[in-house]
Amino acid sequence: MYTGEGNTAGERLMSFRESFVSVCVSVGHIVELFLQVVLRLPHVWKRRESTAAQLYGASVQVLHVVLLVGFFIGMVVSLQTGIELSGIGQQDQIGTIVTVSMAREMGPFITGIIIAATVGSAMAAEIGTMAVSEELAALEVLSVDRVSFLVVPRLVALAVMCPLLTVFCDAVGVIGGGFVAEAQLNVGLELYYDSAVSALQTPTEIFALPKDVYSGLFKSFVFGLIVACIACSAGLRASGGALGVGSATRQAVRDSIIWIIISNYFMTLFFYQS
Amino acid sequence: MKETTEPLIRFEKVTKTFGSKRILNELSFDVSKGETLVIMGPSGTGKSVTLRHAIGLMQPDSGRVVVAGHDMSTISRKDLAELRTKVGYLFQEGALINWMSVGDNVALPLRENTDFDEDEIRARVEQKLELVHLKDVWERMPSDISGGMRKRVGLARALITDPEIIFYDEPNAGLDPEISMSVNHLIRELADSLGITSIVITHLLSCVRVVADRVIMLEAGDIVVDTTPAEFIAANHPRVKQFLGEFAD
Ligand SMILES: Nc1ncnc2c1ncn2[C@@H]1O[C@H](COP(=O)(O)OP(=O)(O)OP(=O)(O)O)[C@@H](O)[C@H]1O
Ligand SMILES: [Mg+2]
Repeated sequence: MYTGEGNTAGERLMSFRESFVSVCVSVGHIVELFLQVVLRLPHVWKRRESTAAQLYGASVQVLHVVLLVGFFIGMVVSLQTGIELSGIGQQDQIGTIVTVSMAREMGPFITGIIIAATVGSAMAAEIGTMAVSEELAALEVLSVDRVSFLVVPRLVALAVMCPLLTVFCDAVGVIGGGFVAEAQLNVGLELYYDSAVSALQTPTEIFALPKDVYSGLFKSFVFGLIVACIACSAGLRASGGALGVGSATRQAVRDSIIWIIISNYFMTLFFYQS
Repeated sequence: MKETTEPLIRFEKVTKTFGSKRILNELSFDVSKGETLVIMGPSGTGKSVTLRHAIGLMQPDSGRVVVAGHDMSTISRKDLAELRTKVGYLFQEGALINWMSVGDNVALPLRENTDFDEDEIRARVEQKLELVHLKDVWERMPSDISGGMRKRVGLARALITDPEIIFYDEPNAGLDPEISMSVNHLIRELADSLGITSIVITHLLSCVRVVADRVIMLEAGDIVVDTTPAEFIAANHPRVKQFLGEFAD
C-alpha cells in the first residue's frame, strides 16, 4: 500500500492545521493593511501623482474589457429571460429584468472580477517584484512608509474606479439587452427602454438614486477595496524570486474572486432582506 | 550620538539560521567611530546577511547587534527611523525602485523625509550623481541603464542624506577598473573628510588597499582573520593566501 506524505491521520491534521493557520495569518495581514491605509488616508494628497497614475491604470487600461463583457452579459440576460418571458407573454418585462439584474448583481460582480483579474494581478506582480528584488527593503532603509507609498494610491484608485466602471458596465449591459430584445425577441426598442427606465424609478428613502443602483455601486466600491487590499498584501509578502511573484499573483486573483463572491452574498442579504 | 569610546557598531555573538543552514555562527566584531571595516569572504558566507543585521532588516536568532547605542532588536520604530536617516545603505543589486526614474530614485529620501524645495533637491541630487560620474541620467529608467550605472545610482541614493554611517555591499562589483578605482577613492575621501564610519563588502584587493582601516574575513559564519589591510594583502595567513589565490585581483 502506498503511504506517502500526509497519509496518516496525524499528518493530515497537521497539514490542515498549517493551512488553517496560514489562512488566518493572511486574513490578519489583509485586515491590518486595510486599517493602516485608513489611518493614512490623508496622505492621498501627498501621493496624488501616483494615485493619478493608478487611476489611469485602473480605468483606461480595463475600460474596453468592461464594456465588451458588460455588453455580452446584458445580451445573455436578455436572451435567457426573454425566451422564458415570451413563453408566458410577458416580453414587456425584459427591460426591467435586464436593468435590475445589471444594476444589482451583474454590473458590480463582472466589474469586480475583471478588476481582480487585470488590475489586481498586476498590482500583486508589481509589488511582489519589488519585494523579491530588495526594493521594499530599500524603501524600509530609506524610511519610506511602504503603505503610504505603495498601498494608499492603489487602494484609493480602485475604490474610485470600481464604481465608475460599474456604471459603464450597467449602461452597456442595458444597451446590449436592448439589441437582443429588438433583434431576437421582437420587443420594440421603445417598449424595452420604457420598462428599463421605469425600473429605475422606484422611489427610495435615502438617495434620489434608486436602491438597485446605489446598492450595486456600494458593492463594487467594496469589491475595489477587497481587490486592492488582497493584491497589495500578497505582493508585500512575496518572497523567493520570480516563482514567488508568480504565486503571489495567483493567490491574489484567487482570493479576490473568492472574497468578492462571499462578500457579495452578505451585502445582498444586508440590502434586500427586510 | 554620544561621544564615548564605545564602538559605533557592535555585533555580539550574532547567530542566524535559515531553515537548517546556520549562516552566522556567534559572529562578534566592533567598528569604532570613523573606522572603515572591510569584510571579505567566499560567496554565500553571509556577508550581505551581516549587513542586513546591521541596519535592522534582519534580526538575529540569538546575540545582539548594537548600532549607535541602540540594540537593533529592541529599538523603537521612531528611533529606528531616526537612526536610518543617518545611515546609508548600498544594496548589492542597487535595489532602485524600478518604476521611478534615476533622478526620482535618488531624490526619494529627500522628498519623503525633508522639507527641501524642488530646486534644492534637484541641486543635491545632481551633485551626488556627479560624485559617482553620472551625468544627464535624471530621466532614464533603472531598466534602461547598465548594471554598473544602477550600482552607482544606488550609491548616490545612499549618500544623498549625507549619512554618518554607510554600509556598502560590493560597491565596485560590475564597474570598470577606472570607475571602480574612483569609487574606492570616494569611499576613502568620505571617511577621511567627514569621519564617516563604514562597513564595506568587497571581493577586490584594490578596494581593500584603498579604503580599509581593518579587514575581516568571514567564513562559515565566523571570522577567520581580523587584521590590517597590509597584513591581509601580504597574505601571511594560510587561509587568506588560499582565498586570494582563487580571487586574484
Ligand atoms: N532571506 C533569506 N532566506 C533564506 N536564506 C537566505 C536569505 N538571505 C540569505 N540567505 C542565505 O544565506 C547565505 C548567505 O547569503 P549572503 O547574501 O549573505 O551571501 P554573501 O556572503 O553576501 O555572498 P555574495 O558574495 O555572493 O554576495 C546564502 O546561502 C543564502 O542562500
Ligand atoms: Mg552579498
